[in-house]
Parts: sequence; structure tokens; C-alpha cells
Amino acid sequence: MPQVTLTVNGKSHTVEVEGRTLLVELLREKLRLTGTHVGCDTSQCGACVVHVNGESVKSCTLLALQADGAQVTTIEGLAKPDGTLHPMQEAFREYHALQCGFCTPGMVMAAIDLVQKHPQGLSEREIREGLEGNLCRCTGYHNIVKAIAAAAEVMHGRRSEIARAAE
Amino acid sequence: MNVVVPFEGIGASVRRKEDPRFLSGRGQYTDDIVRPNQAYACILRSPHAHAAIRGIDTAAAKAMPGVLAVFTGADMAGIGGLPCGWQIHSKDGSPMAEPKHPVLAEGKVRHVGDPVAVVVAETRAQARDAAEAIVVDYEVLPAAATMEAALAPGAPAIHEGAPGNICYDWHLGDKAATDAAFAAAHKVVSFETSNNRLVPNAMEPRAAIGDYDTATGEYTLWTTSQNPHVIRLLMGAFVLQIPEAKLRVIAPDVGGGFGSKIFHYAEEAIVTWAAGRLGRPVKWTADRTESFMSDAHGRDHVTKAELALDKDGKFLALRVSTLANMGAYLSTFAPSVPTYLYATLLAGCYTTPAIYAEVKAVFTNTVPVDAYRGAGRPEATFLLERLVDIAAAEMGMDRIEIRRRNFIPPDAFPYQTPVALQYDSGNYHATLDAALQAADWAGFEARRAEAARRGRLRGIGCSTYIEACGIAPSAVVGSLGARAGLYEVGTIRVHPTGSVTVLTGAHSHGQGHETTFAQLVADQLGVPLAQVEVVHGDTARVPFGMGTYGSRSLAVGGSAMVKAMDKIIAKGKRIAAHLMEASVEDVEFDRGTFRVAGTDKTKSLAEIALAAYVPHNYPIEELEPGLEETAFYDPKNFTYPGGCHIAEVEIDPETGQVQVVNFTAVDDVGRVINPMIVEGQVQGGVAQGVGQALLEQAVYDAEGQLLSGSMMDYCLPRAEDLPPVGVATHTTLCTHNPLGVKGCGEVGAIGSPPAVINAVVDALRDYGVRHIEMPATPQRIWSIIHAKRPAAAE
Amino acid sequence: MYDFAYHKPGSVADAVKLLTADPEARPISGGQTLLPALKHRLNRPTALVDLSGIAELKGIRKEGDTLTIGALARHVDVAESAEVTSAIPALARMAANIGDIQVRNRGTIGGSVANNDPAADYPAAVLGLGATIVTDRRRIAADDFFQGMFTTALEPGELLVAIEFPIPEKAGYAKMRNPASRYVMTGAFVARLRSGEVRVAINGAGPCVFRQAEMEKALSANWSPEAVANIRQSPEGLNSDIHGSAEYRAHLVTVMAKRAVAEAG
Repeated sequence: MPQVTLTVNGKSHTVEVEGRTLLVELLREKLRLTGTHVGCDTSQCGACVVHVNGESVKSCTLLALQADGAQVTTIEGLAKPDGTLHPMQEAFREYHALQCGFCTPGMVMAAIDLVQKHPQGLSEREIREGLEGNLCRCTGYHNIVKAIAAAAEVMHGRRSEIARAAE
Repeated sequence: MNVVVPFEGIGASVRRKEDPRFLSGRGQYTDDIVRPNQAYACILRSPHAHAAIRGIDTAAAKAMPGVLAVFTGADMAGIGGLPCGWQIHSKDGSPMAEPKHPVLAEGKVRHVGDPVAVVVAETRAQARDAAEAIVVDYEVLPAAATMEAALAPGAPAIHEGAPGNICYDWHLGDKAATDAAFAAAHKVVSFETSNNRLVPNAMEPRAAIGDYDTATGEYTLWTTSQNPHVIRLLMGAFVLQIPEAKLRVIAPDVGGGFGSKIFHYAEEAIVTWAAGRLGRPVKWTADRTESFMSDAHGRDHVTKAELALDKDGKFLALRVSTLANMGAYLSTFAPSVPTYLYATLLAGCYTTPAIYAEVKAVFTNTVPVDAYRGAGRPEATFLLERLVDIAAAEMGMDRIEIRRRNFIPPDAFPYQTPVALQYDSGNYHATLDAALQAADWAGFEARRAEAARRGRLRGIGCSTYIEACGIAPSAVVGSLGARAGLYEVGTIRVHPTGSVTVLTGAHSHGQGHETTFAQLVADQLGVPLAQVEVVHGDTARVPFGMGTYGSRSLAVGGSAMVKAMDKIIAKGKRIAAHLMEASVEDVEFDRGTFRVAGTDKTKSLAEIALAAYVPHNYPIEELEPGLEETAFYDPKNFTYPGGCHIAEVEIDPETGQVQVVNFTAVDDVGRVINPMIVEGQVQGGVAQGVGQALLEQAVYDAEGQLLSGSMMDYCLPRAEDLPPVGVATHTTLCTHNPLGVKGCGEVGAIGSPPAVINAVVDALRDYGVRHIEMPATPQRIWSIIHAKRPAAAE
Repeated sequence: MYDFAYHKPGSVADAVKLLTADPEARPISGGQTLLPALKHRLNRPTALVDLSGIAELKGIRKEGDTLTIGALARHVDVAESAEVTSAIPALARMAANIGDIQVRNRGTIGGSVANNDPAADYPAAVLGLGATIVTDRRRIAADDFFQGMFTTALEPGELLVAIEFPIPEKAGYAKMRNPASRYVMTGAFVARLRSGEVRVAINGAGPCVFRQAEMEKALSANWSPEAVANIRQSPEGLNSDIHGSAEYRAHLVTVMAKRAVAEAG
């Protein structure tokens, strides 16, 4: 069987896979990183989004072998080792941007890439359009959009912490 | 205990206790669980909508690498069918047709996706590879893919014992009084509409793991369910004949349900049974395409509705005739949805004195249809709120004024409707007024004019709705055909140090129960929130439960907790009286402290708990040690959330694209425990309602193939399809449960579709449009504009 | 997915050798269209030849009146490229609106053009600009390249290496998306080349991207949205599905062409 060597959340792994093994299957089944989810089979829902070499990709639409040599970050690798949440995770909690939690890991990973790609900031419309590849069936996106806007402020250094949402 | 004063905690937007695990990838959904030595099941499904099975050859599949077993309907012949939980009787008193719903097809398949065989193999991929090697000899039969086709003379018979493909022909209301009112009416307004068939699409596909302990003979099923105890009851008692004591059902973290995960599905029985046969855990996980053809769909009505009015626009009577699609088999609660969850709501928030509804349920060669967020109430609300707008237009009346004129006045509660329900509380004028103001209804014409200058057609629409939830009084629903009680169960376990575990029969799959219920208990017992843990979703840990659906968790499940806490407090008072040498009648309890009235003698709940578990100084002759109480709460009535939703849309007349640009919801959901969570529930419901109004539709072709069978063709709302959704609440308390709560899970999906369509019709007012069917897709809107406008003017 | 062998050659020559030796082998670059098809078991290749390690297929460069984009340029590369943005801004904007961010981070121009999905974006730009497809063995004019649904002039084993776009005087693109899949339901790419030639390519509407001659003629005479506003596309032969009938798509051809011209300025 072919082998793939990749770094996931800072840790190097060499794993035997079939040619047809998807990156998400490697993550979930071989490495038991089950925070990355599979919600569809047509590359649309985005529940499986992870970062490969710093960019968001759908890990259900990437062969494990295509990720050979790559640096992969999953939702499990976002928080600091001391447990401090990434500003995007913090904002999602503060703004109630998740309900069932299933789309959340992919949504958070996609949102971080979206914010990173827009250092100049994002309008509400740009955030909504930027979430084209991620479906959420619970929240109606209202609070996800607010959370991303708040996290962007912190990620770009315009605020020091996630503002407490108005009650 | 009757909650009158708002306690600290109730009413605060506490951040959710469940979020840290979900945000760090540590949720445990069914497919995340791996049992030692686990095998994988793949289900071979029918590619045909209707066919006889002449034979199944599994030899090649059995010889494939990694294959452990291949089972067909013949192997499961001794197994019961999937049971239906609600029996409806037709007008003539006869019971509904209730054909067997086999776990694996027995001789015939009746919809695309009907399970035919199952392969169990060492890996997921091997199971799928082998499923393709099964050879099924089908004799394809003519299919009835729509209700029209199923009801046509000479239509293919889907089941023996269901002549004409009719499941039941039911009615409700006073036909004679209604006909008389129509005969005397000043004006009759009528229209026909369909309520589009929807695919629920919770983001987590269904999954199940069956496990069998050969040492104890105990089965365990992990499943994506909204109600594990109900699954244990249905599967154990009716399908596999496993006694409850030997069957544990666990619904761990569940990624959304919206109704679709209430029902007992074939796959749950298949993996449990196969685990017993093979002595190995067996996992099945749907891929999304499989979900489209195996999860119960929602809605799918065709209705003719007529409203009789007097010259002042007062509603005199309503007459409704509906065809409801059941699909190929009766799903668990399917028969109740277009009857007792639909026709009983046809009074809406209006004083219409006479109502008559008849509903014919029809079998078709399609996926079974059952409850989906709102279940029956969105269908009732849509036709009523469209009819009211049409009536206003045809009477030359203002859309708001006609509603005000017909509202049940705030002082008329309790209000008995002509369709069985008695509303306990509400104030429809107040929610309407608040919504009109929040949406700046009065300033709309300026916005319409501004949009026109940009070449856009702008419209505004409202819907004033009522729903019935918090289901339901067991004796009442029993008399209406329910085969279950609809109480809920709560256990409050105060530990020796005063921390609390709450066991609830409700199940959280996005609703935030772990937070809201903890808030409720922390508030009432005076315990810090961090010391309250909520346990749900495991029949081995929670005594019993009926689960989460119909916006019932807080109204029914929360009330059970209140009852259990009442018992805790009553017992605590007796312990406190003993410790403080006072009479029980003199002990008061408030926010964690027992006090001898009028003195400074107090004991904390923690001290009482410690005494209960270390009963050295304790009234041991009269009281058992320990501090744990369970309560079953059976509601006295439904609850009746209501409110007003206002949508504002803009249409691009060249492409027909509709964009919702503003949305305002003002809902009366009773007392609010956590406003942040209530707003989130409403926003999510509105998104699904906007989806139904503009985007979503399950479409079958004449052969019964699902054309919208994946997310490539079934359009789910994305972030850019939605506007910010403004949510406010206006509270009247429920009068018959101890918390005064009504429920908030479904209001968004119920109130919003007619608001959106009313706005679309308003935007197209210059085109003489009377009604637009859902979903109002670009093509549909363009067709209307195109037909009304001379081609050269485009 | 059915299982397959996986190869990752380092040169075009090696890739062509692999693809030629095994007619059932398929090249893969970003895989954003191929992998979903394989997951649904619609294809059964014996081997996938991963092109991502081939340096010759990379790069975007402007030389004189020509912008050359290597087959492996991802949509995000094209969208963010300073060369593309300055030379053919409509092409950069098109790339920025293909699929979603994750698709743009993986999908490549070569994969999209070689696949020739009727609902893809790039074929409209290639045909609308009259680009030249460079393969391992020859150069093919866009007019000869797109031959039908998922069908191109590429021979078995022939590899698309780069696309040479003439830098136009002006160009614009407008599309209406399928609301569910977000692929193109109908799009129009319009360009006026420095040679004076006007080209209009329509995607999404038909089984294959095609040129709209009547619109080209009208725009040659009068480059303005009004020039195409009353030109009707015949619905005959256009695609029809639950989202859009042939008649609706025909109508959208006019609307999108008008908008594309307006965008081009």
C-alpha cells in the first residue's frame, strides 16, 4: 500500500493508505481526529474544511496522497497548548454562532482563512459571500456572520479581545 | 412551585456549556465512535420507485474481500415491520390503512432508496464494493410518483389493503355550520396551493452502531436520534423483540434533527440485529445522497382553501380540503402531521367561528413523509396567511387592518377554537404592533420607490401566526390516535457536596439544553451554574423519556424538572426542619437556602445534601437517605406560541432572483430562560422558512426518480441567501405549566414562509399576481414577469 | 470510490508516458471536479496521474500582447495575480468567483478547461478571448478545442500545458448561478480584442460553451449593452433542468451578455 507522510497539528505522521483514501478519512479513521466532519458527498457543505499549508480546503475532496508532505491543521490544532481558544473559536462561543456543532469545525476553519485573505477587513456582505462553501442548517448564519466580524477585528489586531455580544 | 418572581439566572444570555467541546473538535457524534472490532454495513437500495423482486443473488458479494455477511429480507423475515405511532380513523370510522413497513424489502420495493439488502464487511469501502456485486432481479412496475398519479383511475396499487392508494380520508370541524356560513357570506375568497416537499438535511447524516455483548446478552445501539427511549421502545418491542432491560440506546451528540431524527428507521434495526447475528459491532453511516432517499421528507400538501367573509371583512367560515403525501410507507408519526398538527391550527389567531377541514392521505412511490420543523403547522399557517392577504386584496382592505379586525382579542383567553384547541394566552395585537414598528412598515413605500430607481421590485409582507406545541396531554392525544404518552421525565440528583446532575428525557441536538436546563435548575435551587450538569441521550442513564420534537423540551421536559425540584425542596425542608429543630411548615426555601421563617437560622442546600447522604443526624424513621427525585410531567394542554413575522424582498426583474433584504420576527414564546438561545432558535427557523419559500424543493420525475437528490440540485440556504434576522419577543405567560414557557424551536419555520411569499406577491403587484407557489425560484418569478409583460418591453 | 494506482510524475514527459501507457489512467490536478465524480463511482480509472509536482505546468506570465497561464494555476492564483488583474481584469474577477474559497484554493485552470464541463466558468473566457491551448505536442485554437459536453480536442494521453490569452482591449463576464450547485446556469463572456475582433462566448446554457454570432455582430457595430439587449437567443438545443428551462436560459443569455458588456465598460 502507498504511504503518505504529513504533519498534522504540528505532529508528523507516516500512514499507509489506499490510493482512494481521502484526506478526511485519513484524519478521522487513521489519526482519530474526529473533529473534522463529513456532511455531504458533493463537496458543498464544508463540514470537512481543514487547512493544508495554511489554506482552507475541503478534506473530502483531496486524496490523502495529494497531501503528502503537507502541513495540515484541523480544528483540534487551533487552540494553544494551554487550552486558550483561537479568537475565531472564542467569537463563535461569544456570539452563539453554533447550535448542533456539526458544521462548526469546518465553519471555523473556513472563517479563519476568509479573514486571513482579507487583511483590510470584511463587510457583512463579503463575509456572507465568503461562506459560500459552508452550510449551516441551525443558525441561519446571523450569529456566524457577527462572530467572524468580531474575530477579524482581533485577528487583525484592531481589538485586543472578543467583545462581549450585546444581550 | 409556581414561578412568579424571575429568579437570577432565568433571563440571562448565558454562554453555552456545550460549546467548548464543539469548538475544539471534541464533540462525540455517532460516526466519531469506534467500537473494538467494529465492522461496517452498506445498504443496497432500490434504484426503482416500484418493482417486484424476483430474486436476489448474493453469491458474488459474499465472495468479495472483507465481506462478513450479506443479508436480505428473507434473512430478516421473522422481524417485525417498522411500527407507526399514530392511528387515524377516517370519516366513516374505519381505521387508516396501515401496511407493513419491512426493515428490508419483502418481495417488492416501493420507492427509490427502499433498502433491499445489507452487506457487512471489514471496511466501509469493502462493504460498498460488495453491495455493488449483489444482483437483484427486478420486475419494474409502473410507479405513482405524485399524489395526482396515485389517485388517478387505474393507478398502480402500492400496497395491498390500501385501495386507491388512500391511507385515510379524515375530517375535522362542523361541516353543516361551515356550509351555512358560506351560503350566507358577503364574499368568498378561494385559492389552491401546494406546500412544497422538503428534505430536512440536518448537517450530520444519520448513522447507527449496533453492538451485542455475548456475555450479558445486552444490545447497545448508538444512533442519531432525537429520542433514544422512543427508539428503544419501538425497536425493542415491535421490531426485534428485545426486552428494554437488554437494550440500551444512546443518542450521543447529534448534529441537528429538525424532526428527521425522531423516527425509527430501518438502519437502526439492521445494525442492531446484524451485531447480534455476527457478534461484532456493526456501523452504518449515511452519505448525503443516501440521506436524500432514506431520511423522511417533510410537508407535501395540495390544498384548496376557501374563506367566507362579511361585508366588513370579518371571517365567517373557512373550508379546507387537503391531499397529504405519506410517501411509500407510514413513518413513525406521519399520520398525525396533516391531521392533528395541521387542521387543528386552521383558526390561526382569528375568531373564525366555523371551520371544516378534510384531509386525504395518499400513498405514493416516494420516500416516506413525516414531521419536519413545524410539522403541519407551517402548512396551516401558509394557506391561512396567504388566504388572508388574498382576501384583503379582493375586499379592497388593508392587509394589516383585516388581521386586526379578526384577531382573537387579548381579553378573550382562554379561547376555544372551532377546531378542538383551547388557546390559553396570547396577545396578537401586541406582537403585530411591535413587528410593524421594528420593521418600519409605515416607511416602506419610500424604500419601494428607492428600489424602483435601482430597477428593483421591492415588496413587504407579514404573517401573523399561532402554533401549538409543547406536545402533549397524553389522554387527549391518546383519544386522537397516539399510541404513546407524551409526558416527559426529569430526575434531579443532588450530590452529597451539593452539586447537581439533571437527567432529562429530552434530547439536545443543537437546542442548547445543557445550558438552558442547567440555568433553570441553578436558578431554582440556588446552585452555581458550573455545578449543574445535564445528562441526556442514554437510556441506561436517564430513567425514561419521550424526547425532543414539537418545541416541547422546556415546556414539558423543563416542567418535569420543576416538579422533581419541588420534591427535592419538599424533602430538603423536612431535613432542614429536623436539623434546625423547627416545624416543617416554618421552613422556607429560597435560592439555595433553607430558613426557619422569621429567624436567622439557615441551612444551605449543600448542608442538607450532606445530611441526606451522611444521615447521622437525620429523621431516618420517616425519611429515606439521599437527595434524588424523579418526576413525570404530563402537560395539561398544548402551548400556543404566536407572533408576527415581516419580510421585505427585492426582485431583479430581469433574472427573477428574489433577495430577502430585511426580516423581522416578534414572537411570543412565553417566559424566556436564555434570550440568546431563543434568538438563535428563531433565526435558524427563519432560515429554514426562507429556504422553503424561495429555494428548497424535492422534485420527483414521473418514474419516481428524485431529481433533487443531492445538494447539487436541492438548494439549501447559504449565508448570502439570508439577511440579518431581527428577533424580539413579547411575552404572555403560558397559564398551565409551572414555568410559563411556550416553546421557540419551530416558530421561525412556521411564521416566515407566508411572510416571504406575501412580500414577493406585493413586489409583483403591478403584474397582477394573485399567488405564487413555493419555492419562488428565479425561473418561476421570471415566468410570471415574462408572461405578463409584452416581450418587446423586456 | 473504486481503488486506483497513484502516480506523481515530475515532468510533462513522464506524465504523458504514464497516460499513454494506460488508456484508463486519468490526470488529476486540483481534483475539484474529478474527485466528486469518482466518489459517486461515475468513473473507474485504473490510475490517477497527479500533475501537481510538474514545474513546467506552473506560472503566469505576460509577454507582449499575450498572457500565458500554466495549467496548474489555481483559481486563487489567477484571481490574485497582478499580471492577470492588470492585463485581463475580467479573467481575474471570473477566477475570484468560481465555486467557493476552498475550491479556488485547489482547482486549476487546466483542469477546468480540459474537463469542459458545460457549467464551468473558464471555458467561456478561453472561447470568449479566442485563447490558444498549448499541449505537450501542439497548439489548439479555442474555436477548435471545445467540441461538446465534457469533450475537447485533446487526444488520449495529451496533456494541457498552458493557455495563452490575447490581452483584449476590453472584456467582461456575467453569470447567473444554479442556486443549488452554484455552478453556472448561464454566463456570457464578451471581449473586444486589440485586433478589433469582438467575441461573445456563452456557457452554462448549452451542452457546450458556444459563440453567439448575432451578438458579436451587433457589438462590432456598437459596443454597448443596448446593442445586445434585444437579441434573442434561440432556446433550441439549450439545457433544461429543474432550475432553468431552455427558454429561461435563452432569456438569461441576453441578460448576462448585456451585463457582461456593461461590466467590460
